[in-house]
Amino acid sequence: MEVPILKQGHYLIASIQSALTDADLSQLREALIERVGRFRARGVIVDVTALDVMDSFAVRTLRDIAHMARLRGAETVIVGIQPEVAFAMVQLGLTLKGVATALDLEEGLAFLDGVARERIERGQGRVDRA
Amino acid sequence: MATRSKDRPSPPAGFPTQTQDTATLLRELVAHLRQNRTQLREEWARRITRAQLLTAMTEAEIFAEATSVYDNYVEALETGTFEALQAYARNLSERIIPRGVETHEVVGIVLLLRDVLARSLFAKYHEDFDKLNRILDAYEPAANRVANTVAVGFVQERERIIRQQQEAIRELSTPVLQVRERLLILPIIGVIDPQRARQLTEQLLRAIRTNRAKVVVIDITGVAAMDSNVANHLVQTVEASRLLGGTVIVTGLSPEIAQTLVTIGVDLSEMATVGDLQGGIEEAERLLGYKVVPLEELAPKA
Repeated sequence: MEVPILKQGHYLIASIQSALTDADLSQLREALIERVGRFRARGVIVDVTALDVMDSFAVRTLRDIAHMARLRGAETVIVGIQPEVAFAMVQLGLTLKGVATALDLEEGLAFLDGVARERIERGQGRVDRA
Repeated sequence: MATRSKDRPSPPAGFPTQTQDTATLLRELVAHLRQNRTQLREEWARRITRAQLLTAMTEAEIFAEATSVYDNYVEALETGTFEALQAYARNLSERIIPRGVETHEVVGIVLLLRDVLARSLFAKYHEDFDKLNRILDAYEPAANRVANTVAVGFVQERERIIRQQQEAIRELSTPVLQVRERLLILPIIGVIDPQRARQLTEQLLRAIRTNRAKVVVIDITGVAAMDSNVANHLVQTVEASRLLGGTVIVTGLSPEIAQTLVTIGVDLSEMATVGDLQGGIEEAERLLGYKVVPLEELAPKA
């Protein structure tokens, strides 16, 4: 099942609706990375609220998405991990290190806004110096 | 032996005869035990006291219990049904467990009774060795079952109580409290075992979700000791909370715990730690963008 990717301002939102096969996940990764460039997105939100299982491949793919998106100039945040899923993940040692996470879509958007603000502040700093 | 084979010409095929024989013998046995009830029961109570069993009970109590156990015992031997004895054993256990009676004492007194009765049988039948043999054949299996029933009943009752207490401890163990919008505290007191750690984590994750918490302060002032297992559980809790978008601050690590953790080499670099609960809450407020100021500082503005 293909995951719909919505554009919302500078952000891309991928909302996973049902369990995904490995192929679906790879497809999601490619689509997101491609669109980050096409829409000049600043942030990516992947909503996994609907997932009640997260295996190592899914976790790795999410991490890859975050790292690849960062290389293309967008910050990624994973939102909506269920408590049970989070617990299972840490037991399996899948901790999404280096990837931002947030409670839900709203929090994710707030996080990306915060990152954008920081960037602007830093950007201004550079302009001042120049 | 000769008499015995005369009684039962074909032992292998004569199973019903044998049970009937056993039943007759048991009846005789029961009659004997009933007849000598007073004396045997006294002897038993005496031996219990001498062996220093049931020290938590007074002599009168021991005698009273000994009487009821004796009667139940004889009845179980007579009827071959153990329900009444089972119920009695459970009831007895319920009464004596809170007084600190140990398993070995209960097993000990039952075995003593078995011994007392067996001795009286020896005394009665020592002249007819063959009869004694058959009486013992009938007595032993039944007596074993009785001893078994009482001991198992006691242990089961003990286990039930232990389970009940564990449940109670678990229920009142760890509250997750909201102190401010989006800020939770989790004071941990006592020993953390894997099961509790798991339950604690699940509870915290659910609370993060329902309270939409961003920062959690876990206070472990009340945790006396910590080993690598517990530390790893703590790290897991922190990581799982992060996956839900929550930041965890751990507070109240005692000098001893800090020392152990560094000595055993647990990697806590991923964990934010602050000295005490107050510091932890202040740090959390900073993260959330709160600032607490005294009212006087606000006053000049007005």
